[in-house]
Amino acid sequence: MFSGEQIASLFEELGITHVVTVPDSTIGPWQEAIAQRGRTRVVRVCREGEAWQVAAGLQLGGKTPLVMIQCTGLFESGDALRNALHDWKLPIFSIIGYRSYLNQDTLPGDTCLVFTEPVLDAWRIDYRLITQPSQFEEIAKHYAVCRASGKPGAIVIGEGKA
Amino acid sequence: MSAKEAIVAVHAARGQRDIVVTTMTPARDWMTLPQQPLDLVLVPSAMGHATSIGLGLALAQPERRVIVCNGDGSMLMNLGSLVSITAARATNLVVLVFDNGVYEVTGAQPIPSPGTIDFVTIARGSGFPSVFEFSDVDSWRRDVTTVLKATGPTLALLHVEAVLGIPGPRSPGPAADRARRFTESLKKQS
Repeated sequence: MFSGEQIASLFEELGITHVVTVPDSTIGPWQEAIAQRGRTRVVRVCREGEAWQVAAGLQLGGKTPLVMIQCTGLFESGDALRNALHDWKLPIFSIIGYRSYLNQDTLPGDTCLVFTEPVLDAWRIDYRLITQPSQFEEIAKHYAVCRASGKPGAIVIGEGKA
Repeated sequence: MSAKEAIVAVHAARGQRDIVVTTMTPARDWMTLPQQPLDLVLVPSAMGHATSIGLGLALAQPERRVIVCNGDGSMLMNLGSLVSITAARATNLVVLVFDNGVYEVTGAQPIPSPGTIDFVTIARGSGFPSVFEFSDVDSWRRDVTTVLKATGPTLALLHVEAVLGIPGPRSPGPAADRARRFTESLKKQS
């Protein structure tokens, strides 16, 4: 839906200092462009729960991190994000890849479609769903709203394959 | 050595600009000592993630040393973080693993495979350039400064005695307020 260059440029405009990430087949290819531009550091971690807590350390340390993971990793992240976003009240923003939202050919009946949005609601994460390229500007708008309110938020990107 | 003796040595050796992250049993003992603005007591925590928060702090504050005082049960919950730490080249990060073989704060139930798990080998296999192991307090007191000044990332395994019947750490205050004060302290001391 979006190129790595588009995303890397956007992160620079938003002042994102670090992207803490575990890849999937949609968001993973963005890493190279982000790393090549050099103004936003890519921090690769081994599991998604780590990503929230590394981002928490970055935020506490005065930086502006963003967590970029797939929805399956969101499911894995529960306690880590609960602690970072709700105990310590750190306004960490995230980009969540929504597996199978646009196409279920690879994984017919993928239960990511059942659980992703209820899980985001359960964790009280204010999110916007992006399903087409024309919505690109909504990413920056939602980020600005979340920053202004000092609260965490997410952009959920519809994905077409597993 | 006792966990308290081990943590007292860390407290004495830390520099004024160092960030010290504590969790679980090390947090309980740390809070009995005089506190400084760059102490981050992870109570409440997401168990296992002290090393991850430490990594984030180390990347955010590369001119400071970040010391994470972790438990063995907590370390087992997030072994992958050791690989993330070396991948990120967090040379200013020191991980101290307090190994007592039990989940002390929940009543001293054994961790999986106590006495068998080898954190030293795991750290070396994860790419840590500086790895240490201590069992007696005199050696630890003598070498703690060497450990903190080693080329990082650094891991030191501290074999400590389990203490039974002592409650786990209590939160020293609302986490969000402490987070705000901590970040402000970093800015003031930059």
